[in-house]
Amino acid sequence: MAGTQSKSSGGRAKSATKARGAMKNAPAIAEFSKEEELNAYREMLFIRRFEEKAGQLYGMGLIGGFCHLYIGQEAVVVGMEMAKEQGDQMITSYRDHAHMLACGMDPKGVMAELTGRSGGLSKGKGGSMHMFSKEKEFYGGHGIVGAQVALGTGLAFANRYKENGKVSMAFFGDGAANQGQIYESFNMAKLWNLPVIYVIENNKYGMGTSIERASSTTDLSQRGASFGIPGVQVDGMDVRAVKAATDYAMDWCRTGNGPYILEMITYRYRGHSMSDPAKYRSKDEVQKMRSEHDPIEQVRARLLEKEWASEDELKALDKEVRAVVAASAEFATNDPEPDASELYTDILL
Amino acid sequence: MAVEILMPALSPTMEEGKLSKWVKKEGDTVSAGDVIAEIETDKATMEVEAVDEGILGKILVAEGTEEVKVNSPIAVLLEEGDDASAADTVASAAPVAAAAPAPVAEPAPAATPAAPAAPVVSVAPADPEIPAGTKMVSMTVREALRDAMAEEMRRNENVFLMGEEVAQYQGAYKISQGLLDEFGEKRVIDTPITEHGFTGLAVGAAMAGLNPIVEFMTFNFAMQAIDHIINSAAKTLYMSGGQMGAPMVFRGANGAAARVGAQHSQDYAAWYASIPGLKVVQPYTAADAKGLLKAAIRDPNPVVFLENEILYGQHFDVPDVEDLVLPIGKAKVVREGTDATMVSWSIGMTYALQAVDELAKQGVSVELIDLRTIRPLDMDTVLASVRKTGRLVTVEEAFPICSVSAEIAYQVQSEAFDWLDAPILRVTGKDVPMPYAANLEKLALPNAKEVIDAVKAVTYTA
Repeated sequence: MAGTQSKSSGGRAKSATKARGAMKNAPAIAEFSKEEELNAYREMLFIRRFEEKAGQLYGMGLIGGFCHLYIGQEAVVVGMEMAKEQGDQMITSYRDHAHMLACGMDPKGVMAELTGRSGGLSKGKGGSMHMFSKEKEFYGGHGIVGAQVALGTGLAFANRYKENGKVSMAFFGDGAANQGQIYESFNMAKLWNLPVIYVIENNKYGMGTSIERASSTTDLSQRGASFGIPGVQVDGMDVRAVKAATDYAMDWCRTGNGPYILEMITYRYRGHSMSDPAKYRSKDEVQKMRSEHDPIEQVRARLLEKEWASEDELKALDKEVRAVVAASAEFATNDPEPDASELYTDILL
Repeated sequence: MAVEILMPALSPTMEEGKLSKWVKKEGDTVSAGDVIAEIETDKATMEVEAVDEGILGKILVAEGTEEVKVNSPIAVLLEEGDDASAADTVASAAPVAAAAPAPVAEPAPAATPAAPAAPVVSVAPADPEIPAGTKMVSMTVREALRDAMAEEMRRNENVFLMGEEVAQYQGAYKISQGLLDEFGEKRVIDTPITEHGFTGLAVGAAMAGLNPIVEFMTFNFAMQAIDHIINSAAKTLYMSGGQMGAPMVFRGANGAAARVGAQHSQDYAAWYASIPGLKVVQPYTAADAKGLLKAAIRDPNPVVFLENEILYGQHFDVPDVEDLVLPIGKAKVVREGTDATMVSWSIGMTYALQAVDELAKQGVSVELIDLRTIRPLDMDTVLASVRKTGRLVTVEEAFPICSVSAEIAYQVQSEAFDWLDAPILRVTGKDVPMPYAANLEKLALPNAKEVIDAVKAVTYTA
């Protein structure tokens, strides 16, 4: 495609001149307006409270099987949601509750799916890892590590086929970044210049294995280099950095330059799944991230400092968020299990 | 309002654990996410985090206590402004409060309700009537498949073909001959040699509303992609509660060709046929190949369409009608007979037909059924015939263990036991990787004599 050649170096330079700490080539952060800060704060808080509640319901035995919480990583999906246009698609792995909440899927339906009830978004037949929404352009919710990347590349293929100008966002973790099909996807995405943003949520651990123990090179933003796909590292704990990088990547994809890689440097506070005692890292490491880099606290501090919100107003916001989460939990606890007749529905059309 | 903190479960199987340590003490202020205690099971030690903020009003279970039941109250959290006595009130009411969520959370009682019966699969409609006097055109299976794709691509612009060598090379087996010229590179797409990746990509495109035809040069290579065929394409409709699926076709050469060795000679019908959420078609004639591929492309479900390289060049009569679409899930009685039923499909039909003709000369009348579709299996047609003849022989090239014929034999003994006058016999490929040497390869595959012997055995005419 015309222009690709000249732009692929621009991905690093143009709006990426301001070096940011350890982050490689990240575009400059644009300050948020008051509305953006408040929106980001509310959305991230909502995800955190929702996930805490999910953890609690899991502890009570109301949620079964696997349950992978997003706590700590909130800025990634919220910043990306703020940068996306209507019709842009998201697809991710099994750590998916936050993506669904961010793109506006009904929290009651999400929580009821976690508890396996008839009002769940998949009628109780998918569970924590498998929910979808055509209306909100969310394509799951996939349990096989790396599979969503090829599928997300296919969403981008469909965008190009239909010439609809939309961009697909395929999320995966640092662990998945070593899967072979990621590179098969990279190759085709660049070969055909498909509009897809590969979002690597690098939370430093693939289950219990640190990135250093699993990856021969740890700068995952450069994993597209041999395919000609530019990529940057982004401070995934700063929602503004995520939004700025996504704005850049969206523009890159939408103007026909093909795929782009965003490596979001982030951190999950909880274990890989609920039954993970997290012995592979120190408590100090977790505590340090929480106290120094928490994505929600960063926004909260700015809101207070700029006097865009008072303590009382933030408290009221928290209460409001808690009420929505509580209502979701209430619904998910009392909604009936799916009717036995559902066993044999939705297998074929 | 004061709230109880309950003993959490670390996993769905945990019933009790040891409360090993209190990190916070009574009177401490806690925020959501603070670690308040540590619990231990035989597998792990985990931290209990506060979900709500407040003041730790009362500890109900002392540290070091073993065998603390999941969901039993371990402490009371007071909200700002609560009186300390609220802790006692909640604590005394604890058993009731704790029991409240339990009924829904508990696993099903010992008497698990019986699963509802599987719904009766609606019988596929019969083949459309071909008007008398319709001109028949002699055509290879290869041409029939190409015409089917071309006709459906003209009909629906969301249908596209992707695979290795399908475009400029005109198909490794020339199935896509001429399609690039007619439909252009947007809809006839050469892929890199990356089955896993391009199959996943195609499934994603199907989820977004397109109707891909994925050509595997042979199904042997589809093993690289089988995760996407099964986990991504077949299961999504169910996992999404009916919201989203993959309306697409996976097609290509399947089974043994000639002298290509073990890795290129396997029939995968039984693998795919065991998966709910897939349809599996395995035609023999050119007419069936054309009519069923057109049906597969129009089908809203993922369809695995298994072709056979040896059959590609064989000629068959195909009715010259405008739009030949045949029903998926309907077997065809190819020869009527009275002494025994023979069920076969795909290339197995070549051995079956030779045997039936030879047996007819010897006075044995065999009813021959071409299954055409492996999933859903048209057992109605098979059972009706078995109830008439009392005997059954199956013929396929696949490995014998857990094969399609094993499933047919199971269903026949289950549904028509009283009609059987002899054990069901089957002729299959041998239980060995396909050898290369010409003589050994011949031994590994079925032949007409084995089929004749099987019919003679079940009719006690040997």
